[in-house]
Amino acid sequence: MNIPADLKYAKSHEWARLADDGLVTVGISDHAQEALGDIVFLELPAVGRKVAAGEECAVVESVKAASDIYAPIGGEVVAVNQAVADAPESVNQDAYAAWLFKLKPDNAADLDKLLDAAAYAKVAAES
Amino acid sequence: MAKQTPLYATHLRLGGKLVDFAGWDMPLHYGSQVEEHHQVRRDAGMFDVSHMLAIDLEGAGAHDLLHKLIANNVDKLTAPGRALYSCMLNPQGGVIDDLIVYFFRNDFYRVVVNAGTADKDLAWISRHAGNVAVKPHRNLAMIAVQGPNARAKTWAALPGAQAASAELKPFHAAWFGDALIARTGYTGEDGFELMIPAERAEATWNALLDAGVKPAGLGARDTLRLEAGMALYGQDMDEQVTPLEAGLAWTVDLAAARDFIGKSVLAGRQPERQALGLLLEERGVLRAHQKVFTAQGEGEITSGTFSPSMGRSIALARLPAGVAAGDTVEVEIRDKRLKATVVKPPFVRNGKVLV
Repeated sequence: MNIPADLKYAKSHEWARLADDGLVTVGISDHAQEALGDIVFLELPAVGRKVAAGEECAVVESVKAASDIYAPIGGEVVAVNQAVADAPESVNQDAYAAWLFKLKPDNAADLDKLLDAAAYAKVAAES
Repeated sequence: MAKQTPLYATHLRLGGKLVDFAGWDMPLHYGSQVEEHHQVRRDAGMFDVSHMLAIDLEGAGAHDLLHKLIANNVDKLTAPGRALYSCMLNPQGGVIDDLIVYFFRNDFYRVVVNAGTADKDLAWISRHAGNVAVKPHRNLAMIAVQGPNARAKTWAALPGAQAASAELKPFHAAWFGDALIARTGYTGEDGFELMIPAERAEATWNALLDAGVKPAGLGARDTLRLEAGMALYGQDMDEQVTPLEAGLAWTVDLAAARDFIGKSVLAGRQPERQALGLLLEERGVLRAHQKVFTAQGEGEITSGTFSPSMGRSIALARLPAGVAAGDTVEVEIRDKRLKATVVKPPFVRNGKVLV
């Protein structure tokens, strides 16, 4: 299973990365894309939307099912990845390059509440 | 515990992702559902469909039994090996199951029924069988080889198959040793369905693999049949829906004098609902149970998916009478209403997009 050590993870299979500019990039894990299968549609949040940790804010649809994506931490959506929305299969190709949206976090320290790679590996192995 | 087909170990060896389907461990895909779909549309793929049940009906009353049990007319079957698609109805005209019946003699037919309904079908048929022997084949494997190159690759893989089946027209079957080879399927492509003794299933599958037929799972089977506009039991019809409301009027023979179970309900009643196709005009994916808003009232999607052949979302829907192909309707997807065009299925047949 591909679970990069430098990312944080939610139990609901999103990854989060804090960049130098203070923004948090969010995507879905390699395990999640594999479980979903061929991804054909993404519904991304509106830029400017404020989300709470654990709030539904995007949808990833594969051929077989639709899956809700939750905000791993609270904040404001400041960017969405239109290139990935235009080519949803890129999430299957590289789930960690194909980010979905960027949050300006309410509190960057909230990232510490998420799982590290080792803890997420256990969650993924059981799901 | 889920039941396993004779090809269970083969699916595991090939990396199949197994899921529970109607109480059976079946492969959903072997890597990519979409690639498997294209493989069938463009070349040749094969499906393990051994979870379906073949039931032989033997005895002098077999013809009369089928006259009574199914909505299509077995009198259409005159040559040995001819196959017929039909619904089996309850007294209210609802669909107990859809099936294929193969004719061999007036005292010998084989019906193939869905996995999820096999037990209830068997009970229903047995209840009406009288002196006809009802013989379920629990030790039979079924492999569907489908695609434009399916027949040629099957002939290359299985010695003797070409001699047995070269002259077979669509919807005909022939014996091939102790196996049955039928020119039928559920994908909208040419091909065969093979019924073979379970102990030869793996060798047959491996020979097809060696001939370049690639395995395909239930995921691709669903997108292929939906593109082909073929109804799926339990989704597009069930015991609460008549075949006339499920787009299956062409399989119901109301003209002949014979009576069949459910006929009196269907005859002389104009259905209030009809089955049609939808093409989503915006981005998104149509799914079963989404509401459809039309000028004639509300309807519901019965099967929806993303069509790999068309690169857009399609669906089968049950819509009010009066809605016609070409109408624009709205589908409720989460918090939005998206535009869709009503079309007459099929969407894709023999590799070509038709809508």
